[in-house]
Amino acid sequence: MLKPVKFIKFDTHINFLSNAAIFVIISILLIILSLGTLFYKGLNFGIDFNGGTIIEVQKIIGNADVSEMRDRLSNLDIGNTQLQEFGKETDLLIRVEQNSDEEGSQQVVINKITEAIQSDYEVRRIEVVGPKVSGELVQKGITAVIASIMCVLLYIWFRFEWQFGIGAVVALMHDIIITIGMFSIFQLEFNLSIIAALLTIVGYSLNDTVVIYDRIREELRKYKKMPLTELINQALNLTLSRTLMTSITTLLALLSLYIFGGEVIKGFTFAMIWGVLIGTYSSIFIAAPVLIKLKVKRDWSKQERQEQ
Amino acid sequence: MLYFSKFKVLSIIFVCLFGLFFSLPNFLSNSQLNKLPSFFPSKQVNLGLDLRGGSHLLIEVESSVLVGERLDDLYNDLRSEFRSNNITIKNIDIIKDEIVIEVDNNTNISGLINIINELSQDVTSQFATIKTQEEIAVSNIEDNKFKLKLSDVAIESLRKRAVDQSIEILRRRIDELGTKEPTIQRQGKNRIIIQVPGLDDPNRLKELLGTTAKLTFHLMDPRSNIDNVSRSSIILYSRDNKDLPYIVEKRSIISGENLIDAQPGFDPQTNQPIVNFRFDSQGARKFGKVTSDNVGKPFAIVLDNEVISAPIINEPILGGSGMISGGFSVYEANDLAILLRSGALPAPLIILEERTVGPGLGADSVKAGQIASILGLFIVMIYMFISYGRFGIYSNISLIINLILILAILSTLQATLTLPGIAGIILTIGMAVDANVLIFERIREELANGKSVINSIDNGYKRALTTILDANITTFIAAIILFQLGSGPIKGFSVTLAIGIVTSVFTAFTLTRFIVARWIRKSNPKIINI
Repeated sequence: MLKPVKFIKFDTHINFLSNAAIFVIISILLIILSLGTLFYKGLNFGIDFNGGTIIEVQKIIGNADVSEMRDRLSNLDIGNTQLQEFGKETDLLIRVEQNSDEEGSQQVVINKITEAIQSDYEVRRIEVVGPKVSGELVQKGITAVIASIMCVLLYIWFRFEWQFGIGAVVALMHDIIITIGMFSIFQLEFNLSIIAALLTIVGYSLNDTVVIYDRIREELRKYKKMPLTELINQALNLTLSRTLMTSITTLLALLSLYIFGGEVIKGFTFAMIWGVLIGTYSSIFIAAPVLIKLKVKRDWSKQERQEQ
Repeated sequence: MLYFSKFKVLSIIFVCLFGLFFSLPNFLSNSQLNKLPSFFPSKQVNLGLDLRGGSHLLIEVESSVLVGERLDDLYNDLRSEFRSNNITIKNIDIIKDEIVIEVDNNTNISGLINIINELSQDVTSQFATIKTQEEIAVSNIEDNKFKLKLSDVAIESLRKRAVDQSIEILRRRIDELGTKEPTIQRQGKNRIIIQVPGLDDPNRLKELLGTTAKLTFHLMDPRSNIDNVSRSSIILYSRDNKDLPYIVEKRSIISGENLIDAQPGFDPQTNQPIVNFRFDSQGARKFGKVTSDNVGKPFAIVLDNEVISAPIINEPILGGSGMISGGFSVYEANDLAILLRSGALPAPLIILEERTVGPGLGADSVKAGQIASILGLFIVMIYMFISYGRFGIYSNISLIINLILILAILSTLQATLTLPGIAGIILTIGMAVDANVLIFERIREELANGKSVINSIDNGYKRALTTILDANITTFIAAIILFQLGSGPIKGFSVTLAIGIVTSVFTAFTLTRFIVARWIRKSNPKIINI
């Protein structure tokens, strides 16, 4: 009655590793580009890490007028402000840089702005992060990313062999650096939710890598004599259909969120969509070739006996 | 892998029913919920501030001010004690957070030390192992110089008390706003987190928090003038006119500590908004005495170092009650009464972080989240159906049960659902099918290798198990670390992600497998389309 459609031909024989060098070079170039821009341009930190104020407002009647709003704000003497339309024509996002190290000084800014606009705009959201908290958040963010990589390294090491642990972490670093690099190249706002997205990417990319590694390990036990390159290639082909299926379902769900989930969460969803793409790419083209370079252990007979 | 014992079957059905039962309140309106019998669960998912609207404030108690105040007191006490005990010293001064006493050959050192020891109060440490400790630490740096500073334990205890009191007073003030379910929590040593859902006017909340509300009554000093202020007096400015100075005596006659009630009202003569207040018996006696002694003279009513008004004492005020008029609006009088009733904050509070979401944006986010999840669910389900046919349907049934379980767990645990939390659920929709995908792909493979239907399905489940566990445990680790990182909305994301991982592995390995097994046993197919 039901005839399933196979999007990926089941019996694929793609030689992923014959061109591995090209992909590795592309990845290395991307990493260099990312680190370079990161070094020269830095990141466009949001208020979570830089301190400052954002106020989202909505025009009560009619559309918002950016230039008129800019005039109004420039009369307030509140320092550097940026203004942008936010999702809808009625909505504006006002961003005020932190202009004093004194905690609590931004409350004055908020009062000035709300007073100046409250006659025809509704305040939808206010976020203020003072210098102390932003400093702490930077620290927390860095710790979280490093801690998650360490934990994962330990877990893989424990479950597999050290070569797999290194391979997984190389792939993870690759994903994280290129994702951060993209935020630097396009100067997209980098805030706390992007750190959350990074950690999710860590989880997702690893998920993918682990599935492939699991298969490689299984094949290693089954075919003791097959050349390593051929064996890994076979494992990649066998898991390809699953890798793509899962990536596609996750992407479909995320796309729905990106398009319909509202403006507040767009940056977060965007980072995750990117993460799914790069995570899928890296588990095939980075994590697997690393195993060849590290000359993964071939003789699994001992462990097999233990497990039986 | 295709055999299920009776017990297992019952457990699976039980878990699914549990999910349905406890997620049900989320699909009902409040009035429908009220009609249900009492044994029925009534807990709905607890929406975060970003979805229901409200204010999240991280506040720091500036307890360092208290150290300064205590040093000032000690300084004054030392001076007067030295004077009354005839102890001569060369100099005494406050330098940063230390009192430095310079002595010379004529100074009675042992007498000086005695006075310091008498003034030093016992401080009870919060750690039971150190019982009590001296408040003042004395060091004799050079022969003729003594340095006095507050001991660490004393500072710690000042800070702790200030934070405790602040929390108590903030609670009283926020309760007066009449909002539902505010949370006020201590965080770290001297911080307080305040979360107030559903506020119409967040600025009013911040005004209430930002005002110390220290009310004092002072006599005016008629002898000094603005250029020559006596040492015991101080210049304060009017609240309404920052250029209008008043010279008042430093020492207050009476302070807000003696207030027992304050209510907004109207002046019967002028019909202006005022605040009526009442003192306790001790305050009433003090106030009565001072006003009897000073009839015809003006006195100043001072709030946080600003003069609200300076009326003339027409007659002794003996009843212990009075009124403050100061050109208030009705709104200002109302808030001042709240502040006076709830008491003065021991130290200034500073807002370190604020996240306020208006009710409009919250409602919009809920709507957007609902649309995105339903659509995401729909697309993924269609895709799964197209890809795996009958098995796709089975996995879709699991997916829906999976979502119901997430809702049920969120409702029973009363975990907070935030906007990123909704993103976590949507991500789970995408990833939840992963377990089934892994299994189905494995079954396809086994079939292609020429195994029988039953063997293929059995092997598919067996072989995929470790992979699924490994893959999900790693994501789970990331979710736990994310939870530790923990600011509100993002915590919500890690919670739904973690719950989603558990439920999706559970449904794939029990529910889907059970449905597949039932079908196989019933119709015993020779070939399957997967």
